[in-house]
Amino acid sequence: MLFRTVLKEEFNRLIDIFLSSHEVIAPKRIDVDRDGKPVHQFLPVSSIDEIDLGYETTEYSAKTYFLPFKETLSSFCYEDGDWEQEIKYRLMPRFLVGLHPCDINALLKLDKVLARDYFPSPYYISRRKNTFIVGIDHEPCEGGFCRAVGADTVTHGFDLFLTDLGDRYFVAINSDRGYNALNRVQCREVTEQDNQDYLHARAQIAQGHKDLPIHNLPNLMDIEFESPVWDQWGAKCLGCGSCAQVCPTCYCYGVKEDVSMDHTRSEKKKILYSCCIKDFAEVAGGHNFRPDRATRLKYRYYHQHRGFAESYESPMCVGCNRCGRACLAGINPPDIIRDLQEEGTV
Amino acid sequence: MKHVLEPYDITRESEMLAPLDYNRRSRLKDTDRIYPAEIINVIRLTEMEKLFQVRIIDDTDRERFTFLPGQFVMLEVPGYGEVPISISSSLSHKGFIELCIRRVGLVTNVLHKTKRGSKVGIRGPFGTHFPMDKMRGNNILLIAGGLGLAPLRAPIFHVIENRSYYKDVYILYGAKETNLLLFNYQYEEWERIADINLRVIAEEGDANWTGEIGLITDLLDDIQVDPGSTSAIVCGPPVMFKFVCSRLTEMGIPMHRMFVSLERRMHCGMGKCCRCNIGSTYTCLDGPVFDYWSVLNLKEAI
Ligand SMILES: Cc1cc2nc3c(=O)[nH]c(=O)nc-3n(C[C@H](O)[C@H](O)[C@H](O)COP(=O)(O)OP(=O)(O)OC[C@H]3O[C@@H](n4cnc5c(N)ncnc54)[C@H](O)[C@@H]3O)c2cc1C
Ligand code: SF4
Ligand code: SF4
Ligand code: FES
Repeated sequence: MLFRTVLKEEFNRLIDIFLSSHEVIAPKRIDVDRDGKPVHQFLPVSSIDEIDLGYETTEYSAKTYFLPFKETLSSFCYEDGDWEQEIKYRLMPRFLVGLHPCDINALLKLDKVLARDYFPSPYYISRRKNTFIVGIDHEPCEGGFCRAVGADTVTHGFDLFLTDLGDRYFVAINSDRGYNALNRVQCREVTEQDNQDYLHARAQIAQGHKDLPIHNLPNLMDIEFESPVWDQWGAKCLGCGSCAQVCPTCYCYGVKEDVSMDHTRSEKKKILYSCCIKDFAEVAGGHNFRPDRATRLKYRYYHQHRGFAESYESPMCVGCNRCGRACLAGINPPDIIRDLQEEGTV
Repeated sequence: MKHVLEPYDITRESEMLAPLDYNRRSRLKDTDRIYPAEIINVIRLTEMEKLFQVRIIDDTDRERFTFLPGQFVMLEVPGYGEVPISISSSLSHKGFIELCIRRVGLVTNVLHKTKRGSKVGIRGPFGTHFPMDKMRGNNILLIAGGLGLAPLRAPIFHVIENRSYYKDVYILYGAKETNLLLFNYQYEEWERIADINLRVIAEEGDANWTGEIGLITDLLDDIQVDPGSTSAIVCGPPVMFKFVCSRLTEMGIPMHRMFVSLERRMHCGMGKCCRCNIGSTYTCLDGPVFDYWSVLNLKEAI
């Protein structure tokens, strides 16, 4: 990997260059919550002033720019009892600035499912390759447990990655387009001092992480499959599916076809879903493979921490705790994992 | 000056990805491409089930379309939706495939109203298959309950067309009522031409029924096979294959030579929508055909 440092004014100038030709998505402060804490969201911005790179976390993840809530898979037009299919992929390139390591790791996890396995998704790959990613280090967010699931650092999955060194950024460059972009503004080779400042900043961040004891979670998930912990937490779940909507790694969906009023066209759309919603595993005729909330909640955790780990060596969850913050019933991974862990040691 | 970012156009991507096993091919840009197809004939089987003969319209695509027994297709009815359906015909049939469909919901009901000549679409084939090659030299038990006979027909045809590969072949078929029996016009052919021991049983008989009455497991009571060289394929609802497979285990047939086909909700067939997922296993990719030992190891599979 190549490294450079760039003064903050110069970096701002780079954002201006991005803005002059393409859409730029970045963390934007949109509100304050009832405790007076700022609320951020990844949104299109039109000037550098709208960007707040010091944000703690966002309510929704940036997943929506890769897996939109609704996406047309194909359209059909009808004529004389016959039909024709049309498929379009999103081709417009854009910049996504200010992703935290957990969110970049989340994209790497999605890549495993959507870009490398059987049947790579052209919809996803098209969006992924057309997105230039600038990541940034940050102080650990409240409630997050990214370190416990190994998602607090990244070595790839971005074009540029920034670490704040006060007046300048330490930049890791991970692609030729990242290299070329950075060279549009003034940057310089890293010095011994830069390296030391960088290591110091990293150590500072590492210290801020809270420890969540996660040992052998995949195995624990298996053993605690019948645990009462699931019933206790399941009883609270509203089955609303918000957790999956805000989660940067949840990717499941349903399909719906909409016919135009004049019956000449229809659109086949995928709509992101959630395994906590009642009819997730229901089949025609009324049989439901996961009829109750506890089973569905358990399944969500089981897939995140055991099933995915079995297939891809690491859990799917990146520990951002967005689901925990979004849940009206107060269901959150740190508490559930702690309960399971305790159950396991009794 | 050039833009910082040049668009990446996936439609220009032409690389054929590494060939996939089980006949499943996927060209990067073609994963959602549907083969236009025509329903060339509709055969009414019972009140609830019809058999559709479906032909891929494009000659090259039709020629290239191959599958293995146990695989399924996604059948698209544009404007209504897409449903996974097992291929219920012989591999050697190049002209069309047969799909036996029960009407239960939106798409399947629309299909039951369609007539010859209607234009639908096909994606696939998808999923794993019954390993017919590995069963060579074995006695074969083909066991179906209810609609399970639909996916079982592909292996049945395979056995018939390669009869010398297999020793004794049994088809055991059970249905709730006698008027729900599927494909009864083929029974005689299977028995007389293919030298298959066919046993049909119904839970409730009627005035004209001269056959056996009881449960599918009853048929296993008096079957004498050498368990060491016997393979079984069991298709039907979970309760049924659970009972049947435990009986087969008692008879001494090893679990890795019993094959079942699982059913789950499916929206893509490609391991993307996650609806068919059981813990870590996609039914559409790693299944629908599993050996029984794998099924026992899947949490919440039965
Ligand atoms: C591998 C496999 C093979 C199958 N083979 C056959 C067959 O040969 N013959 C047959 O009659 N049926 C078969 N089924 C079941 C068939 O797919 C469902 O009956 C059908 O999807 C119902 O769709 P619907 O639109 O009529 O019902 P709705 O209730 O309106 O369903 C809406 C959507 O939910 C999904 N869905 C609902 N039920 C099921 C289900 N049981 N399985 C999968 N997806 C479902 C589908 O995507 C469907 O479009 C098979 C299912 C699987 C998984
Ligand atoms: S866990 Fe919370 S957010 Fe998720 S479905 Fe249940 S109530 Fe909704
Ligand atoms: S499951 Fe929750 S904590 Fe884990 S990645 Fe998803 S939203 Fe973040
Ligand atoms: S059907 Fe979509 S993942 Fe299996």
